[in-house]
Amino acid sequence: MSDERFTVENAVDGKLGLSDLRMDPAALAHQAAVAERGGNPQLAENFLRAAELAVIDDEEVMGLYEALRPHRSTAAQLEELRASLEARGAVRCAELVAHAAVVYARRGLLR
Amino acid sequence: MDELGRFRVLDAKPVNLDGFSVANPDLGLVAMRSPFDPSPSLTIRDGEVVELDGKGAAEFDVIDEFIARYGLDLAAADEAMALDDTTLARMAVDVNVPRTEVVRLIGGTTPAKLARVIAVMSPVEMQMAMAKMRARRTPSNQAHVTNQLDDPLLVAADAASAVAYGFREVETTVPVLGDAPSNAVALLIGSQVGTPGAMAQCSIEEALELRLGLRGLTSYAETISIYGTEQVFTDGDDTPFSKAILTSAYASRGLKMRVTSGGGAEVLMGAAEKCSILYLESRCVSLARALGSQGVQNGGIDGVGVVASVPEGMKELLAENLMVMMRDLESCAGNDNLISESDIRRSAHTLPVLLAGADFIFSGFGSIPRYDNAFALSNFNSDDMDDFLVLQRDWGADGGLRTVSQEHLAAVRRRAAKAVQAVYRDLGLADYDDARVDEVVAANGSRDLSAGHPKMVAEAAASIEAKQLTVFDVIASLQRTGYDAEAAAIMRLTRERLRGDQLQTSAIFGEEFRVLSKLTDPNDYAGPGTGYALTEQRRAELDGIRQARSVAELTADQAEHHGHVIVTDVEPARQGSDPREVCIGLSPAWGRTVWLTLCGLTVGEVLRQLSAGLEEEGCVPRLVRVRSTIDVGLIGLTAARLSGSGIGIGLQGKGTSLIHRRDLAPLANLELFSVAPLLNAKMYRELGKNAARHAKGMAPVPILTGGTDESISARYHARAVALVALEREACEPGQPPVTVEVTRS
Repeated sequence: MSDERFTVENAVDGKLGLSDLRMDPAALAHQAAVAERGGNPQLAENFLRAAELAVIDDEEVMGLYEALRPHRSTAAQLEELRASLEARGAVRCAELVAHAAVVYARRGLLR
Repeated sequence: MDELGRFRVLDAKPVNLDGFSVANPDLGLVAMRSPFDPSPSLTIRDGEVVELDGKGAAEFDVIDEFIARYGLDLAAADEAMALDDTTLARMAVDVNVPRTEVVRLIGGTTPAKLARVIAVMSPVEMQMAMAKMRARRTPSNQAHVTNQLDDPLLVAADAASAVAYGFREVETTVPVLGDAPSNAVALLIGSQVGTPGAMAQCSIEEALELRLGLRGLTSYAETISIYGTEQVFTDGDDTPFSKAILTSAYASRGLKMRVTSGGGAEVLMGAAEKCSILYLESRCVSLARALGSQGVQNGGIDGVGVVASVPEGMKELLAENLMVMMRDLESCAGNDNLISESDIRRSAHTLPVLLAGADFIFSGFGSIPRYDNAFALSNFNSDDMDDFLVLQRDWGADGGLRTVSQEHLAAVRRRAAKAVQAVYRDLGLADYDDARVDEVVAANGSRDLSAGHPKMVAEAAASIEAKQLTVFDVIASLQRTGYDAEAAAIMRLTRERLRGDQLQTSAIFGEEFRVLSKLTDPNDYAGPGTGYALTEQRRAELDGIRQARSVAELTADQAEHHGHVIVTDVEPARQGSDPREVCIGLSPAWGRTVWLTLCGLTVGEVLRQLSAGLEEEGCVPRLVRVRSTIDVGLIGLTAARLSGSGIGIGLQGKGTSLIHRRDLAPLANLELFSVAPLLNAKMYRELGKNAARHAKGMAPVPILTGGTDESISARYHARAVALVALEREACEPGQPPVTVEVTRS
């Protein structure tokens, strides 16, 4: 985990940008292990989901959030989203979307 | 019936501006328990929850679903659900049961079960449990930093003030949504002036807030709202699933986050499903854990007025904090909404949390004036700062704050305002002149600022958005404009954040960016003598309020009147024989080290009035120095015994005085002026006259002081103690009284 690039000089020289603000998935995996050892598996799971999102760009992350808000997505759209997440290795996020699709259908929260 | 005087006064008291509701479970207007709350139940089949609190899986709403799937520790569930409520409650309170054991068992409890367990406790037991169950050992505090103009210089100056006072999280929001990027940038800069490492937040609509966070302009978020019923949750345009993604999105960019719940919201939205506030909040806390949020803000948020309107409402608010702690989450303990018009009630709301301790005592102490708070008025605001600092000192309780000198505050306010001025100029956002900086430094709040250009902030904010400025642009600009320290601090903050240690439960940055969290600073309270203790340095900070005065400082004004009378010894005091003679007994320090009485008259003037009163009634004063005692009763009695009339006056340097008679017991005086601060020249003259009337065998005339509303002991006792110390120093035990002469110099 190299964070030596985070210097004021590099900021002045314009060498740092938006993508540098994403967490390193390895750092999140480490924090997940720490949280798990600390007795909070839910926090660990959150960090592991976050590790998946850390390699996805901002607009897509925003899109994922938007798609899960009530009455935004049809069952087919959620399935499409699930598949695309899974294809990119974001299996935990994909699983969450799959679960949401089932519950939303039962509770009338699909579009 | 005519209104009684007592009710006329009571009706005008601030507490009667508050609303009080008759409990009404149909509307959810019930604090601790509703007859419609479900009974706790949990059925697990093949490792899956098939029944939760009386509801089968097919009927689960989105909240049940999420809690059932992700929120419970099924390994502990059977054991925990089998324990009765009282047993679990006792374990939470018992200092001999380790925190980890309580956390383990509570992990296996359903929302209804935890609510029942908490409802068994008394408020004091809740405090005991909080002392043990809060996650981080060191308490901390959070501030609101907002103003009605969204003036960025003022935001920055107030942020710098907040961190100087010790706040480790600062939270802003906007009256005008479009201004948010400007507030975020100004808050980020101001929060790193003087005391680096505080985390900053800009609370706005969820998606927009996340966007600012993704660009590194904020470092934490907490207004990710969750609710206890599905109806209210989806009315809020979210589900637990969307919130779960949001929670992970924040973590993916290294942003600390907690969710916000807080009782009363469901009642306000008219969809409480007839359940108690406590039970619905328990659902929220279970859900927070299920989402993977590291913490919760609750216990007095926007619905606080609803909660406080019902019986046991305030107790329920405390219970909210405790439930968060028992689920092993960070507790950001509310107190961020003005609970009452009554100072007594609002103090009563905050004090239990301050004494028990929480990760954050306030989830927004209003560090700015009430009118400038763009959230809502906080329970404590900038004009309550001295009260809070004194409360910390009164109880030796660490509320995370410290005293700041006016000079230091002026310096950090100026540096913060100038840094924002420089960055806004450098980045072409806005051009604020030096006069504005001066105004901001001196201002109590935005009402002290001239209106300025109405669109200036909006344009700056739009420009930040148009350029999509990131934290690195802000750092570069600070460096270019000579604010190296702030540039370095924000870079350090950014670097630390991407390491992620501050994402863990209850994390704050302490000194030198050292992370204090549940893991690095675990609460190890296990009874008296354990857990968080003030360091010597921290105790000195708590004790050293700016109003504290030493004896030397409290008696400094005595010197200004030194020598205004001259006391000369005449002879050892003899028994007088003139029936018109009234002796005035002077205390040991009178006219030697004490020169000014508590009411502001000089000792010479008091003596002049007493003597004149005696003379007006045809009596003759004789002055006697009583050296062996400082007790005004004995001084008066000594004077009476020496006096030809048998009547004497006792007089202390601080102005306490009385009339005595030679045949009475020391404490049984004839007339006493015990409240020296309330006396005046006329009363001393009347006292002299009454002494003379006693000497002549006439009836005295009552002297009416009219009483007072002042807290005499609070106002004057520190000074009285200092003056009594001077009397004690001057006292010469065993020395007989001396007749003296007093002349004006």
